[in-house]
Amino acid sequence: MQQTSTRSPTSQVRPEAFGYDQARHLLWRAGFGGTPEQVQTLVSWGPTKAVDYLLDAEKVDFREARADEFNSSIMRPPTMEEQAAIRRARQTQDENALAQVRLEQQRRQRDDRRQAREVQRWWLARMIETPRPLEEKMTLFWHGHFATSYRTIEDSYHMFQQNRMFRAHALGNYGDLMFRIIRDPAMLAYLDNNDSRRDRPNENLARELMELFSLGVGNYTERDIKEGARALTGYTFRDDEFYFDQGNHDTGAKQILGVSGNLDGDGFVRAILARPACSRFMCRKLYAFFAAEPPDSDRELTRDASGVLREMASDMLRSRYAVKPVLRRLFLSEHFYSPEVMGQHIKSPTELVVGAVRSLLTPARDLSILLDAMDLMGQSLLFPPSVAGWAGGRAWINTSTLFVRQNILAYLLTGKRPQGYDPLADEQKYDPAPLLSGLDESARTDPSRVIDYLLRFTVGSAPTHARATLEQFVASHGGRVSNDMITGLLLIITAMPEYQLT
Amino acid sequence: MPLPDPAAFTRRQFLHSGLVMASAAATLPAFLQRSAFGLPMPALGMSSIPGVPEDHILVVLQLSGGNDGLNTVVPFGEDEYYRRRQGIAVTQQQALRLDARANGIGLHPALAPLKEMYDEGLAAIVQGVGYPNPNRSHFKSMDIWHTADTSGTGDGWIGRYYDSQCCGFGKGESGTPEQTQTNPQPGIAIGRTAPLAMQGRRLQPVAFETPNLFRWTGQDVHESLHEPYRAITTAGVPDGADANSQASFLMRTALDAQVSSDLIRRAVAQRPLVQYPGSGLARNLAMIASMIRAGLKTRVYYCDLGGFDTHAGQGGANGQHANLLRTFAEAVRAFYADLKAQENDKRVMTMVFSEFGRRVGQNASGGTDHGTAAPMFVLGPMVRAGLHGEHPSMRDLDDGDLKFRTDFRQVYATVLERWMGAPSKEILEGTYRTLNLVRA
Repeated sequence: MQQTSTRSPTSQVRPEAFGYDQARHLLWRAGFGGTPEQVQTLVSWGPTKAVDYLLDAEKVDFREARADEFNSSIMRPPTMEEQAAIRRARQTQDENALAQVRLEQQRRQRDDRRQAREVQRWWLARMIETPRPLEEKMTLFWHGHFATSYRTIEDSYHMFQQNRMFRAHALGNYGDLMFRIIRDPAMLAYLDNNDSRRDRPNENLARELMELFSLGVGNYTERDIKEGARALTGYTFRDDEFYFDQGNHDTGAKQILGVSGNLDGDGFVRAILARPACSRFMCRKLYAFFAAEPPDSDRELTRDASGVLREMASDMLRSRYAVKPVLRRLFLSEHFYSPEVMGQHIKSPTELVVGAVRSLLTPARDLSILLDAMDLMGQSLLFPPSVAGWAGGRAWINTSTLFVRQNILAYLLTGKRPQGYDPLADEQKYDPAPLLSGLDESARTDPSRVIDYLLRFTVGSAPTHARATLEQFVASHGGRVSNDMITGLLLIITAMPEYQLT
Repeated sequence: MPLPDPAAFTRRQFLHSGLVMASAAATLPAFLQRSAFGLPMPALGMSSIPGVPEDHILVVLQLSGGNDGLNTVVPFGEDEYYRRRQGIAVTQQQALRLDARANGIGLHPALAPLKEMYDEGLAAIVQGVGYPNPNRSHFKSMDIWHTADTSGTGDGWIGRYYDSQCCGFGKGESGTPEQTQTNPQPGIAIGRTAPLAMQGRRLQPVAFETPNLFRWTGQDVHESLHEPYRAITTAGVPDGADANSQASFLMRTALDAQVSSDLIRRAVAQRPLVQYPGSGLARNLAMIASMIRAGLKTRVYYCDLGGFDTHAGQGGANGQHANLLRTFAEAVRAFYADLKAQENDKRVMTMVFSEFGRRVGQNASGGTDHGTAAPMFVLGPMVRAGLHGEHPSMRDLDDGDLKFRTDFRQVYATVLERWMGAPSKEILEGTYRTLNLVRA
């Protein structure tokens, strides 16, 4: 008897099964949600064209993230003259001169913290404005994957440079990013590789490179870490540029992950990329970010999830670590639109905030207030909590963050500032009328049609009790659907527990 | 092109017109005065069972910025102190003398209220607390204190306490949550975010700056939004729904949030039993006292007082640092007076720390730079009042810095073992000798 092959290709989503709910789902996952009009456009295109449009971000015109967007010299190293002056002051115990140096240092740190805030605002605005949402979404993915925090490195320009690199390669090649990350000043400082010495290798970068960035625990040995750390000696930076410090590099023979030779950092990365565990690990991470949190053990995966993951990994290997074919496989799989995936993702604070502005068409209002709220919700851009990035999923939610989530939506919808800010209401009035463009003219005044429409657009579906509550609310105001009424309905809907999901 | 174009976004940004709904906010009755919530509440002033560890409460007070230990607990008997701090030293006449055992050691004069507590047997002072290889970065050193780990990484020590003690409840009957609470009451931090110290895995802490923020503000837009909001957030998980689904998890949390918000806001709406000073710290401690009085099951509260990073012009007996110490001492004095009036004082221990002390010598700006060891305070009627540990030597320095005498994790271990009844070895991931700080 012939056995059913477990390697049969997983099914692709059928064009006729790609409707409003599926297009809306795709826009939220591969971007930050969309307006009813955008959802309808993707429906009319069908799944293949829709997915390719999102993937081929470079074909959509958008302003470049320029290197001179921010000041690169705030935290520049001291010049020779400045160094000499500091030395002199130390030798002569010139307290006044030393106090000057200290003050100057403090001034720069203050300026730099201010600039870090500017970079956050800049990125948030870009996520809100971009016509290439998947590019920014992947930039956010890489930021959480190769997590580096300003809090430790205290150099805003290095954070910005890293962010530009993630964006430039957002939908490019993961292997390229691995070669670049071991040359990235922010990462080198964050994981102390600039302190690594030939005779005293620092193992931090070597360990995380395998544990968190590529292979996962269990796929390397302590010896691989030690040898990897030797391979990475001499990888440091000067000012804003990578610098290979030949004198500090250990040129001796090494054996890493079964590869022998006088390996340097590139040799180490090549040894990693040659392991089959690498593509499996990366595809699990992409799957967790875009689809659903997979169970800890592969054995507990459902058949469909397991099949899609396997195909993603084989696409990744076949394309030598290109990202696009892997995401294409996921976004076009039938599994991606199954109940196992749809509506099961807890929005990250970034997705919640950016997604609300983009899909509900609210004014963006004060970006500083949005950033503060994101911080309170547990996601401060450029400040991931550790090298492991953000845990995501249920870790986002507790009783405090849930109120912040509801309240920032109330702010976006009404402009009423949270307490602690200038109490003057934001003057930009939210106009919800364009949201109803997908509804027949005649239905726009029918409360139950409007409620159905809004629920479907925001939370997909809703329990009947919620619908009844909303209908009662409209009825208690005379049953008239005005713009204020729509805003009121959205205030309640965005406070629903289900609104946190997508 | 279907996706947003940046110009449209910019146009939207400049759409100006008045708000209709938001303007109703000012005329609304306060959320707290409404009574039709339909949610059961535990009786206020719920009985406590003194002496039972499940009733013990810990308040952690963080002095942020690096408190100058030498001008807090002053070694007025040391010439070296006066030699290195000519502009900012507290004189022998100004220092508050403790007792006969405290030879040459006194308190900063601004700590007079704390001195009264000391005399009443309510204050233990642990001298020269620090850790090996001190880190002088605010962030890093704070992380080290919060994680109780010299790498400054991992979960918070209070979070690990909650994890190990099943969400902060001791074992046994009196530790089980009230039926009205769907989940045990997590630790409460007064502040914008919960500190790293409280981050664990099983139960997330609650954090709020003012209880007015720990609630939905959408209802301020129009009062008629209140009832529908209640209905959708307190519905709970519908019968037959998968209890493990994301939606069910969110519905449970939404219900918890409402219950906690109601409890907490109702608790802090009570007037304190004593008059507190006007500082922010005093206000925060008054809120904590009110929550304790209302019978919240919370076992750990956290609050902080910032501004101790006195690099310039810190002053001596008067000035910037003196004002901070006065704020601190007056607030904790009022806090314990309130707790005593509630008859809850014996249940509440307060532990006070800062991420580091400051350098021995003053700098050229009349201030002090980041240093190392500093004193900690442990307050409450249960403490063995007095000076504990040794004052760090003023002569045997490490590159101009004091050498610590007591590891801060010994204090944590003491608080955990002797007050919270929790295994310190498991929580602190190491064995630390406890101190004789708590009366048997």
